[in-house]
Amino acid sequence: MSEHTPSIPAEVYFFGTCLIDVFYPDAGISAIELIEREGIKVIFPPQQTCCGQPPYNSGYNDEAIEVAAAQIALFTRPIPVVVPSASCAAMMKHHYPRLLEGHPLHAQALNLANRIYEFSEFLSNTVNITLQDKGPPIKIVLHQSCSARREMQVTTQTMQLLHQLENVEICEPERASECCGFGGTFAIKQPEISAAMGKDKCDAIKKTGVLNLISGDCGCLMHLSGMMAKDNAPIRSEHIASLLWRRTR
Amino acid sequence: MTPTFRQRATDALADKALRSNFRGAMDFLREKRASVFTDERELAELRALGHQIRANVLSRLPSLLEQLEAQCQKNGIQVHWAETPNEACEIIYQIMHRRNAKLAVKGKSMVSEEVGLNHYLETRGIECIESDMGEYIVQLAEETPSHIIMPAIHKSKEQIARLFEEKIDGVGYTNNVDELIGVGRTILRDKFFKADVGISGVNFAVAETGTLCLVENEGNGRMCTTIPPVHIAITGIEKVVEKISDIPPLLSLLTRSATGQRITTYFNMISSPRKKGERDGPEEVHLVLLDNGRSRIYQDTHLQETLRCIRCGACMNHCPVYSRIGGHAYGTVYPGPIGQVVMPQIEGLEKHGEMTEGCSLNGACGEVCPVEIPLADLIRTLRQKKSAAAIPPDNRAGIGSHRKKTEAIAWMFWKWVHRAPAIYLMVTFAISRLRLLMPRSFGAWTRYHSAPKPAPQTLHELMRHRKQATSKEDQL
Ligand code: SF4
Repeated sequence: MSEHTPSIPAEVYFFGTCLIDVFYPDAGISAIELIEREGIKVIFPPQQTCCGQPPYNSGYNDEAIEVAAAQIALFTRPIPVVVPSASCAAMMKHHYPRLLEGHPLHAQALNLANRIYEFSEFLSNTVNITLQDKGPPIKIVLHQSCSARREMQVTTQTMQLLHQLENVEICEPERASECCGFGGTFAIKQPEISAAMGKDKCDAIKKTGVLNLISGDCGCLMHLSGMMAKDNAPIRSEHIASLLWRRTR
Repeated sequence: MTPTFRQRATDALADKALRSNFRGAMDFLREKRASVFTDERELAELRALGHQIRANVLSRLPSLLEQLEAQCQKNGIQVHWAETPNEACEIIYQIMHRRNAKLAVKGKSMVSEEVGLNHYLETRGIECIESDMGEYIVQLAEETPSHIIMPAIHKSKEQIARLFEEKIDGVGYTNNVDELIGVGRTILRDKFFKADVGISGVNFAVAETGTLCLVENEGNGRMCTTIPPVHIAITGIEKVVEKISDIPPLLSLLTRSATGQRITTYFNMISSPRKKGERDGPEEVHLVLLDNGRSRIYQDTHLQETLRCIRCGACMNHCPVYSRIGGHAYGTVYPGPIGQVVMPQIEGLEKHGEMTEGCSLNGACGEVCPVEIPLADLIRTLRQKKSAAAIPPDNRAGIGSHRKKTEAIAWMFWKWVHRAPAIYLMVTFAISRLRLLMPRSFGAWTRYHSAPKPAPQTLHELMRHRKQATSKEDQL
């Protein structure tokens, strides 16, 4: 086991997110394996469910508060919480303190907010991980979510990780910084607009000619891969944790 | 019944010409803006300064408005207060009526659109001609502006050429932009000299000096405010700024954010009517200050952030929704992100609550806003208000007007599942086991997506197995 430098924690919590739980568990396991390989113990509180973002973004704050409070109560020890989704990480880091204003758990929400790390950010900044690419040469097209770009600002960290994989060539689709149109309940409430945005994003991805779509957010992945599949486009989508683990194990 | 936002948006999405007009224009404007904000640090500092200047104004809005009124009056500018759109129109009409005015030329003013001034004057026998080229096109087409800075951005030059050919006597088809502008100019020049009154908006009203600042590119603003014998400026009460020294940073933010220009062709500072011995300028200058719900917005410290807006339009230029559906789909005077925040507040959530749904909360708007308005957060707050369960007694804001029983029940059910781990585990376990029996259709989702496939085992289950495996290892 490697020696810990003072800045690298001995233990972290892992918040798996509900989408990874049900649809992309492999991404969750991969993320945990990667962290554990660095000699860090990963604690996965089994009572965790969802960060509460869906009702929060839909204007149903009371419901969001109850579920957020239940999560806050699970991550109380003063160790980092790693979240494999910029969108859920942003919810916990930036929106919990506001959402729980005046709530008995407000101080705890603030405390938790300061310990939230998006997965790529944690591996790159906190762990300063070294990755050895063992996979064959491939090209990937990278979709960085709006939360990764704006709320969490972790795009350079994501790039830093991917650049370490020497056999992986990264393509960015045109208008890369424009939203893919997922937006959680937005995709259900305004399906036409969401699909129009998704179609443009899918077209831009297809235009790169690359068949592997990588993102750090499973919401975007589910939206884009679902649209691609409906179109019978032969694109394989994967969370960045799965890619990193698959190619370095 | 008027179509819903969703219906209008759907129609707009199907309109190929409209889509390509907006896509092209928005890409162009985004690039232009980026090209004048190349230094990220300078941009960050300037936005922080803009934010601070505007926040300062709001922190002492009532006293600054009093100061503005006093200074304007000292300069000979007559100040009028209008609480409602109707009041604003009536004030303007009365000024014109007193002078027996029959023709007004108007520079670009979104507040005049907000109060429906053209229509009000027309029904009282006064012709009101738009002199901004974009507004002129929109007026000729009997439409409304689709963008707050570029009102006719929804039209291609071919569409404008056909419009001119059809509506203006003696004009043939030409899609040469210079020729088209030439046609407009010739017609307007004559109107400038004949007009009894010039009407304009205001970009900044300086309390310290009683100066009205007007930013423009075509010179029509200068003509409207100097040639006719009467100039009437109309603006919202939030447009006041404290000091003349606040103008340079705000102006720089405004023009660079709006059109990617470091400076516009014209910048007018209007400080009084014609003085004795001066050979030009209007005999009377009036300033109409409109409330229309702004003082209500002002009451809420969070929603108050709305009032920092300097109406640059950058939020719509960068909005992925606006870029696809265009301005008319919103069905309101102000479209795009700022419209989604302003309109439900001034005209009520009951009427405009739905438009807050037309947003993926991607945050591109807030990222470019020159005064750092957290537009996505405000949209989220308005969603919350429109769906609120508790309705206040005097509910002009329309709180709770969009609460739907089915939706409320769905979220309550969602809450029960997600706050209780035991139920959550049962539900997710069931989903993973029934994955092959899952319906192929999930309403709106499967119209554009194939049905999502749950994994055979959830992360929770996998982690349980992992834990069991390690504890067994430990025992060995
Ligand atoms: S909200 Fe910000 S970006 Fe939008 S028009 Fe107002 S100042 Fe410009």
